[in-house]
Amino acid sequence: MKKSFNRRKFIKNASLGSMAALLGAEIVYALPDGYTPLALQQNQDPGKLFGKHKEMRVLNDLPWNIEAQAHLLDDSVTPAAKMFIRNNGLIPEEINPETWTLTIKGESVPQEKTYSLETLKSQFPTHTYQLVLECGGNGRSEYYPPAKGNQWTIGAVSCASWTGIRLRDVLRDVGINEDAVYIGYYGADTHLSRDPDKNPISRGIPLNKAMEDQTLLAFAMNGEDIPVAHGHPLRLIASGFPASASGKWIHTLSIRNKIHDGEKMSPPSYSVPCEPVEPGIEVPNEDMCIIENMPVKSLITYPKSGALIGAGQPLSIRGHAWAGAKKVQTVDYSIDFGATWKSCSLQEPVNPFAWQRFEATISFPEKGYYEVWAKATDTDGISQPMLTPGWNPKGYLNNACHRIAIKIS
Amino acid sequence: MQHLPTNLRLLMGAGLLILVLIGIGVYFQTEQSETDTIPKDGEIRNAVAPLQVDGIESQVKNGIHEPTGFIAGEGLSLVIAHCTACHSAKLVTQNRADREGWEKMIRWMQRTQNLWDLGEQEAAILDYLSENYAPVQTGRRPPLTNIDWYELKE
Repeated sequence: MKKSFNRRKFIKNASLGSMAALLGAEIVYALPDGYTPLALQQNQDPGKLFGKHKEMRVLNDLPWNIEAQAHLLDDSVTPAAKMFIRNNGLIPEEINPETWTLTIKGESVPQEKTYSLETLKSQFPTHTYQLVLECGGNGRSEYYPPAKGNQWTIGAVSCASWTGIRLRDVLRDVGINEDAVYIGYYGADTHLSRDPDKNPISRGIPLNKAMEDQTLLAFAMNGEDIPVAHGHPLRLIASGFPASASGKWIHTLSIRNKIHDGEKMSPPSYSVPCEPVEPGIEVPNEDMCIIENMPVKSLITYPKSGALIGAGQPLSIRGHAWAGAKKVQTVDYSIDFGATWKSCSLQEPVNPFAWQRFEATISFPEKGYYEVWAKATDTDGISQPMLTPGWNPKGYLNNACHRIAIKIS
Repeated sequence: MQHLPTNLRLLMGAGLLILVLIGIGVYFQTEQSETDTIPKDGEIRNAVAPLQVDGIESQVKNGIHEPTGFIAGEGLSLVIAHCTACHSAKLVTQNRADREGWEKMIRWMQRTQNLWDLGEQEAAILDYLSENYAPVQTGRRPPLTNIDWYELKE
């Protein structure tokens, strides 16, 4: 017992033995008090822990950050098994939907109001939409100089079917003041340092985004309770914005008369230089702007990269394209590195903020190595770049064209 | 925690106490065999201080410290001790930066994430990181690599 109560001292002594001796240095820590040991989590297989597909790629397991690969995202509606996880902190350990409440507070509400989850579900009309969630840092791994953080490649995106109530219905029921401009969220996740006074993340959305039809307080995903890793029992869905705006495990919303100032709201988090900058340069925080809508993007989800096919055999490709708050107008493909482009067929979105299916059948002129590149263009005529777009300090918004390798023999 | 009603806080307090007792039990039980060894990959650990890292030499295979995935090199024990107390080694090994970049990350963690003062060990940690996890220039769009070729039958 003594040893455990003196854990800090124990570690210090042990460290002095093993490390300080190495360097002849005194170890100095400034440790906040109040840390407590939590239950050890023994099962570390994301398949068993979260039911994730075995080909999902674990970028980080403390906190959990897992991405899909392009071919895993072929479903029109992304199943939970193939949905990326982006956590800033530790998943709440005890969640009880029976006692879960949502409190609306802040400078811009006349009075604080608390709803039980049951009241939210029964008092307001429910809506179901297929909504894209994409991490702001999806594609970060391709920037140079490298940006710190999880090195997402292409798989931090999903389009699941979300069921919930409209945030605006709740805001109207509470009654918000005219000076309200921003909604900040607070979730039940724990800071990595386990400091109870720190939020891992507390972002939000401007009021106009909060008032949109598809901005939901969601309690179900793909017709079932939201999986714990994805925000059970209540999360915000603000599709089109970086997915960090769609807070998980939400217990409080703060209605603000200024831009919310929660954790990871201020630059450089989820911000890019307001004006283009040269790669690698230091950008002062006051020259950074908060990301709102994500740019146009697409993924080839079939076939999986690396297909070997016979000469003369046509190849069917398909994938999804999305464009933040806008629609995708066209998707084109190239098998000659952009020298020529041909059109894909493109479906309408099932609802605003859903991704759109594209398809094409390709004939290859001769044997050899090919790359199939896909390029989406939004309704403003803005296309995906073939190269990585403008560098930014935190490596956000890489919407460069996706490509797959094909060999004809 | 302020948002929670008092009775819930008391309940959580009691819950925590039980967890503490379990933790102590677990600690005591495993103490004989593996005294505070490096937690399994991804295991949630107590973010209180550097971890003790004895006997890591035997865990190095082909230049990689297997339990963490870190490149073996001078300073490895310090990096395991300080960096993996709060987060996975994977957060380090997937990132690349020069010495200045790694120092910035440490400063950011100290300013905002409760990382402690690394004292005189900081220089050795920065040496390790900047030597083993330096940026690699890949061009504006690197070629596709690690292609897993397969016969596609339609």
